[in-house]
Amino acid sequence: MTVAASPVEPAAVAKRIVHPAARVLIGRHRFQWWEVLPWLAAIGFYFAFPDYLGFGTELLIAILFALSLDLALGYAGIITLGHAAFFGGGAYTVGLLAFHGIWTEPITSLLLAAVAAAVVGFASGLVLLRTQGLTLLMLTLCTTALLGEGANMAHDYTGGFDGLPSLPIAPVFGVFEFNPLYANTQYLYSLAALLVCFLFVRTLVYSPFGQSLTGIRENLLRMHAVGSPVRRRLVICYTISAAIAGIAGGLWAQTNAYVNLSALDLDRAATVLIILILGGHGRLYGAFVGAVAYLALEHLLARIYPTAWQLGLGLLLVMIALFARNGILGLGEVLWRRYLAGRAAS
Amino acid sequence: MDFAGNFASILLGGISAGTVLFIVSVGLSVTMGLMGFVNLAHGAFAMFGGYVIVLAMNRAHVGFTAALALGFVATAALSVILERALYRRLYRAGELDQVLFTIGLIFIFMAAITIVVGPESQPIMLPPELRGQLNLGFTQYRTYSVFLIVVGFLIVAGVWLAFERTHIGAQIRATVDNRRMAESLGINIDRLFTITFAFGSGMAAIGGGLGAEFLGLDPQYALKYLVYFLIAVSVGGLGSVVGVYYASLLLGVLDFVLKLYLPKGGTIFIYALTILLLLWRPQGLFGRKAT
Repeated sequence: MTVAASPVEPAAVAKRIVHPAARVLIGRHRFQWWEVLPWLAAIGFYFAFPDYLGFGTELLIAILFALSLDLALGYAGIITLGHAAFFGGGAYTVGLLAFHGIWTEPITSLLLAAVAAAVVGFASGLVLLRTQGLTLLMLTLCTTALLGEGANMAHDYTGGFDGLPSLPIAPVFGVFEFNPLYANTQYLYSLAALLVCFLFVRTLVYSPFGQSLTGIRENLLRMHAVGSPVRRRLVICYTISAAIAGIAGGLWAQTNAYVNLSALDLDRAATVLIILILGGHGRLYGAFVGAVAYLALEHLLARIYPTAWQLGLGLLLVMIALFARNGILGLGEVLWRRYLAGRAAS
Repeated sequence: MDFAGNFASILLGGISAGTVLFIVSVGLSVTMGLMGFVNLAHGAFAMFGGYVIVLAMNRAHVGFTAALALGFVATAALSVILERALYRRLYRAGELDQVLFTIGLIFIFMAAITIVVGPESQPIMLPPELRGQLNLGFTQYRTYSVFLIVVGFLIVAGVWLAFERTHIGAQIRATVDNRRMAESLGINIDRLFTITFAFGSGMAAIGGGLGAEFLGLDPQYALKYLVYFLIAVSVGGLGSVVGVYYASLLLGVLDFVLKLYLPKGGTIFIYALTILLLLWRPQGLFGRKAT
């Protein structure tokens, strides 16, 4: 596996290795033609729906947040109900810096948000990742609740329940005005942030490090047995995932120009989990498919009747848990394989 | 009020709240200990039962005791149907699927109750003999709280006896300790789980009804108190009746004290204590080591 993932002259290696499985392993990190489609769609959206760019920005941030969870949950198999802690950490970093007039430059603010969330992720991961299963679920849940209560308690700085309104965000590169009135700036800015983070995550999951994460998810005992530093890998992965979630939270605060406790609550943690599972976890593009499906359904059903959305979401979750554990992409893969098998048989 | 009276009222208030928490959570503890099933929808059963009880009293004018019995039976029946039809398909699935499935169930319950009954909070009318104050000798206290504490004590005694002294209780303990071994000895785990699941959901329904007076009853109930139910169960220890009782009382008293002295964000200490305790003892205070 290490040979397959190493960057040493892949073309030369490919010529020597003839086994089909080995060939797949060598080539799996390469870009496929269809991988450009989501980005074309995002740019197409920009030109086709200039009036819906606010919604588009919301979608991009949801994708980024779900992508960060995919790294922890889909690849490393860390089942968490507390990813909102990092989203909120990033959002409050941006919010506090801007509201108190300390720092308003957007790009460096995002980096600071990533650092703050990474610190939270590292500190909590160091202690929490000793546990598994229900205990881990409870601990992540309580950590998020703890941070939420903390933000509520520090009313003088965070505005408590009301949050921090009308954050002043400086123009991007000092040129492009940045506030909810300039939806096109926000959309392209969020798209750029998503692209950078996505390329990073994509490189990471196909690297030997990413392979070892998959190994930990698939067979923890064996990874211990082969001498893989399991805890260290998990903590590193959790920290990176937290940093990306922090960027998503920072983007959310910047584009909305406010922060409140909803950045940190159980709802947000549950929603991102649902988005990822809906799309299909451990697949990189599950975040994209899930966010689009979730937000589109939400907008359609909530327009009919708010309770209809709740009912529809509930039914959808039950169906997915019972029949389509790998989400929409998993379902698509099954159908595609069946189609290929059918074509081969005839 | 003097210090002793104050102290007594805090203790009684906290214990009565903790009692309700226990009645709701005990079933969750047993089913999670038994099957390792992460049932986040347990609070939804409590909510459903609470609605049956309150609506039976308010709209059909059924008596308090009869309404509680009705809530128990209706919720237990519903839970058996759901368990046989849906839950059992996920016993061997991972936690993630169980979490998603039960979150989905919560949403369905919430939406269904909003559609059928309405989004507003349902008030409960207690029977006249449970209203007012009761003279306890050393202090005056609300009759209903004292009633709750007594009922809770009877329930924990009853459940403990059933757990420790009956055949089925022995089977449950054996299965919590080592499921494979219990199965090899010929214990019918499927049937055992259906029975405990129904009983636990029925108890949750009674808890929902009894707690409606001070927890309120609205479609958000199943999510609002979910964290508390989970904390009670995980701190007390999966599959331990007495552990959940102590944890619930502790949580109730702590919550009462913190709400009184630190009304803004005092619950932060509850979360912090839970985290520390679970790091120290992942299996909970009275939990049996997982096998």
